[in-house]
Amino acid sequence: MSEDDTPLLRAEAVTRLYGARIGCRDVSFALWPGEVLAIVGESGSGKTTLLNCLAGRLPLTAGIVRYRMRDGESRDLARLGEAERRFLMRTDWGFVHQNPADGLRMTVSAGANVGERLMAVGERHYGRIRGTAESWLRRVEVPADRIDDDPRSFSGGMRQRLQIARNLVTAPRLVFMDEPTGGLDVSVQARLLDLIRALVADLGMAALVVTHDLAVARLLSHRMMVMKEGAVVEEGLTDRVLDDPRHPYTQLLVSSILQV
Amino acid sequence: MSAPAVPAAYNFAYLDEQTKRMIRRAILKAVAIPGYQVPFASREMPMPYGWGTGGVQVTAAIIGADDVLKVIDQGADDTTNAVSIRAFFAKTAGVATTTRTADATIIQTRHRIPETALKAGQILVFQVPIPEPLRFLEPRETETRTMHALEEYGLMHVKLYEDIARHGHIATTYAYPVKVEGRYVMDPSPIPKFDNPKLGDSPALQLFGAGREKRIYAIPPHTRVESLDFEDHPFEVQRFAEPCGLCGATGAYLDEVILDDRGNRLFVCSDTDFCEERRRAGHCGAKAAAMEPTS
Repeated sequence: MSEDDTPLLRAEAVTRLYGARIGCRDVSFALWPGEVLAIVGESGSGKTTLLNCLAGRLPLTAGIVRYRMRDGESRDLARLGEAERRFLMRTDWGFVHQNPADGLRMTVSAGANVGERLMAVGERHYGRIRGTAESWLRRVEVPADRIDDDPRSFSGGMRQRLQIARNLVTAPRLVFMDEPTGGLDVSVQARLLDLIRALVADLGMAALVVTHDLAVARLLSHRMMVMKEGAVVEEGLTDRVLDDPRHPYTQLLVSSILQV
Repeated sequence: MSAPAVPAAYNFAYLDEQTKRMIRRAILKAVAIPGYQVPFASREMPMPYGWGTGGVQVTAAIIGADDVLKVIDQGADDTTNAVSIRAFFAKTAGVATTTRTADATIIQTRHRIPETALKAGQILVFQVPIPEPLRFLEPRETETRTMHALEEYGLMHVKLYEDIARHGHIATTYAYPVKVEGRYVMDPSPIPKFDNPKLGDSPALQLFGAGREKRIYAIPPHTRVESLDFEDHPFEVQRFAEPCGLCGATGAYLDEVILDDRGNRLFVCSDTDFCEERRRAGHCGAKAAAMEPTS
């Protein structure tokens, strides 16, 4: 198969049970290169479980997740060796946590945070690492003179932008985002969304964004999936789902947005 | 020192034979996989952790009746730690002890490698407080072991990056991380980085024992050991502006000794045996006369 007719990531009947309780069940979809897919739903609907399953952070109870590697071959993630999986995670993938402290090294400087992935793949030239870190800080609108400060001295919004820079420095093809704007105030959220949208468009990377905020889904994603009680109840183009929701639960979700 | 007979209450070299076998197995594995930290069942020793319980167990496991033991602490043969460990083996193993590097077959050391070049057949035993070089970057032992297994050493360079970002140069001066035979990153124990070049291609066997952390690792003779660095910030050892005040040696590692409260100071070799040998051979430093005992 050529590159164009294989999806970047394909989930087939992905199921994760916690004992008798359901995390997520029977989720199937394909994600194409350059596409942003939002996973929405209320708390406890299985969004984060699904994201962690897809990113190889949680073992699946049943189902398969296939990823098309850079050599064009689609591989079952469960069958990757640990070394391959970890290499994928720090080169071809990014993972943006809701709480930046989970994704950053809080005790080393911003520059080292951005440079860590470069050093992990073998970059051994301090000047080049620092140059790359500077240009990434500029891209995510962190003042260049903060490069030697550690993230503990950063505001929440700056930390989140730094976390994004740290993930994107190796030009990943797929980024997982778990509530990237959660816990930020609305004006900071707006700036961050603008930034993510511009970066995703510039770099042509695919993204899976978990959010409970339909506005985030509307702004960022091309397609969305609505989850309820661990299952996908509706999926489609974002504008279609939000403007013409078909499943009763999606209708409820859309109608419960506060209009101001 | 005349060696007294071994007291009947102790086995030879204090540890029982089964324990010594267990430690020797760990040492053999460590030698087979240079730089790899081998877990071992570290025993309680009659001394506190941090005083060299790991080194003492390694020495006890390898020492034989005809070995000659030298013990150094920060380069010196006459400090408390060195004197008591030497006395410990003189008492429990009845072995000959020496302060001369050239005469020793086993040298247990803390914080230094002797200045006198080591020979084939000698064994250097290091006392190690924290064997894991990634410890202060990654606190989880499960994670650091995975990182070693998968050769994920990018994090070690993050630490060096931080040094340069904060100080303009790599400011780590002791326990400077090394890569052994192109594979494992290893903490060389808190020796000054001045001694790092002596680790590589040494004709002597180098064993490292960490008692509290229960790890043994090794550098076999003639093994490649590289200190980590950046292409544009290469590894460098510190240099001293003046020679040793007592023996006039240049190119040796010096200790700074404060002489009074008017700013007078003296730089002397940290390796006391090396300094004494040189003075016996007639070398004399600029301040040697002033330092002679008056009695």
